[in-house]
Amino acid sequence: MKITVKLFATFRQGRFKIEDRDVPVGTRVLDVLHSLDIDPADVGTLFVKGRAVEVDRVLDEGEAIAIFPLVGGG
Amino acid sequence: MHKIFRIDMTDLKATVETVPEAWAGLGGRALTSTIVAAEVPPTCHPLGPNNKLVFAPGLLSGTAASNAGRFSCGAKSPLTGGIKECSAGGSAGRIIARLGIKAIILEGQPKGEGWYGLIVRKDGVEIVPETETLGKGNFAVVEDLTARLGEDFGVITLGPAGEHLMAVSDISVKDPDGKLRSFGRGGLGAVMGSKRVKFIAIDPEGVANLAIADPAAFKVANKAFTKTLNDHPVSGQGLKKYGTAVLVNIINEAGGLPTKNFTSGQCDHHDQISGEQMYDNIVARGGEPTHGCSVGCQIQCSQVYNDKDGKFLTSGFEYETIWALGADGLIKDLDIIAEIDNVMDDIGVDSIEVPVMFAVAMEAGLLPWGDGKRMLEMLREDIAKGTSLGRLLGGGTAAVGRAFGLTRIPVVKNQAIPAYDPRAIKGIGVTYATTTMGADHTAGYAIATNILNVGGKVDPLSNDGQVDLSRNLQIATAAVDSTGLCLFIAFPALDIPECLASVVGMLNARYGLSLTGDDVVALGKQVLKTEHAFNLAAGLGDESDRLPEFFELEPIAPHQVKWDMDPKELATFWSF
Repeated sequence: MKITVKLFATFRQGRFKIEDRDVPVGTRVLDVLHSLDIDPADVGTLFVKGRAVEVDRVLDEGEAIAIFPLVGGG
Repeated sequence: MHKIFRIDMTDLKATVETVPEAWAGLGGRALTSTIVAAEVPPTCHPLGPNNKLVFAPGLLSGTAASNAGRFSCGAKSPLTGGIKECSAGGSAGRIIARLGIKAIILEGQPKGEGWYGLIVRKDGVEIVPETETLGKGNFAVVEDLTARLGEDFGVITLGPAGEHLMAVSDISVKDPDGKLRSFGRGGLGAVMGSKRVKFIAIDPEGVANLAIADPAAFKVANKAFTKTLNDHPVSGQGLKKYGTAVLVNIINEAGGLPTKNFTSGQCDHHDQISGEQMYDNIVARGGEPTHGCSVGCQIQCSQVYNDKDGKFLTSGFEYETIWALGADGLIKDLDIIAEIDNVMDDIGVDSIEVPVMFAVAMEAGLLPWGDGKRMLEMLREDIAKGTSLGRLLGGGTAAVGRAFGLTRIPVVKNQAIPAYDPRAIKGIGVTYATTTMGADHTAGYAIATNILNVGGKVDPLSNDGQVDLSRNLQIATAAVDSTGLCLFIAFPALDIPECLASVVGMLNARYGLSLTGDDVVALGKQVLKTEHAFNLAAGLGDESDRLPEFFELEPIAPHQVKWDMDPKELATFWSF
């Protein structure tokens, strides 16, 4: 199935901003992180459809996962 | 710090007073709000002789503490009609503290049309007639005073908007690079203008190291404190690299980025105006991605942003400004946004209030959506020059919305709502509604816990727990604002216990006290209650603790949510 991966801030370095990927049905967010060599401990927030999700969230066909390191401002 | 400088502009007379016992343990916001509450009649006209403008360094300002370079300015606000405290960086606060001055109180009002400059020295204040800098922008005033008085003077200045007594005007402070930091919100520039004071220069002659009751303990606590700032990913890495604009993409992703005058929660061109894009531009053009607003800053969230030819465009380029111009007003070009930011600094206007006002003006048809060039013209030709149109715009978001008969006017207590939609991030909605300041994200930054996973997690789309969250944050913020520490220390403070403990340790070592964390919380509560009592007496009752009605009527994409918190629940905010 197809998913979209969106990376932000330092996670873009040496990777990409946005990429469509073919992944097996049942792929979890954690699997995506592993495939990108991103340590889950470095993750600040994960969004699917504008809602925060956990690493064990199973992705559905056509979904986009947005991956942020811990950031802040204000 | 043992003296208070009181400057009476009615009689053009300055006096030096000893600090009353009751004010000895106060600084920053706690002191400005206490003095305003004690000395300003809540029902007075903010631009009349009875209002007072108070400057106060924080309890740790002027010491070797990291990130303690901020100071407070307070008055009754011409924009909200309630009490106001703003915090700014720059150099003046540290110099004032190191001259042993606990507060500067500017009061009264001169007769006649003349303007004045104030030169604050170790032992008193000189009040001098001023003509040279009248009508000039803040950058020119800083340049002029640097040539006149010397490089090392602290400078507090007013742009043309403040001279015109506009409700959107701010007060600027010279930073270590000769650029500007601002007491941004609530129209404090108009209060200074109403006293007919164009600038306050602070002579550093006679600055001295402040007495520290237990220097060894102070050093240990400051070292532990600094370590927490460096260890936390937000204060130690994220803010250094991308500045606060790193929020554009994450708030957009969360569906809370108010776009086109609060009609959507997401913006198509978010990546063009993001912190990541800003960083790439800065690096490619020889700017500085990492920069501090004051001496002793470890976090370095500021930056120097150059144009395509490598020439300075702006510094201190903040998320809220970029959001307001880029998403709320649909300006897609980050360079024009930077130019507008710099012009707003120069003419001395709040870079949140003015862009939010312009988005309302765009909805009213006064200028096209996204037209940054026209906005620059209106800033330079109308607001700076005080034309009739400029004065309408200079009245702020609420004034412009009313003038054009709009209903979608994003303000609370007449102050523009900043960069987070309260329908999609409900914790910040509680802060906007209840803070004594009028809509202000910094007063209780619920974004940390609603979106950023700092200080735990509270679901942004649910009303559950939001009042408690906002209350706890507002109490802590009022305390931090009283120390002279940068508010961004809250990121480590929310996650690393040693952070707050070391702040308490520094306070104890500085003053020879034995405060606990509970005492600091009690100080925060006392500040909020003092400010709330002033607002109630000024006519801002509980019914003014509300978001505008359109948030209850218009759902926002992508979550299709409205503001639906029961006013009775909101009213429980003050039950402490």
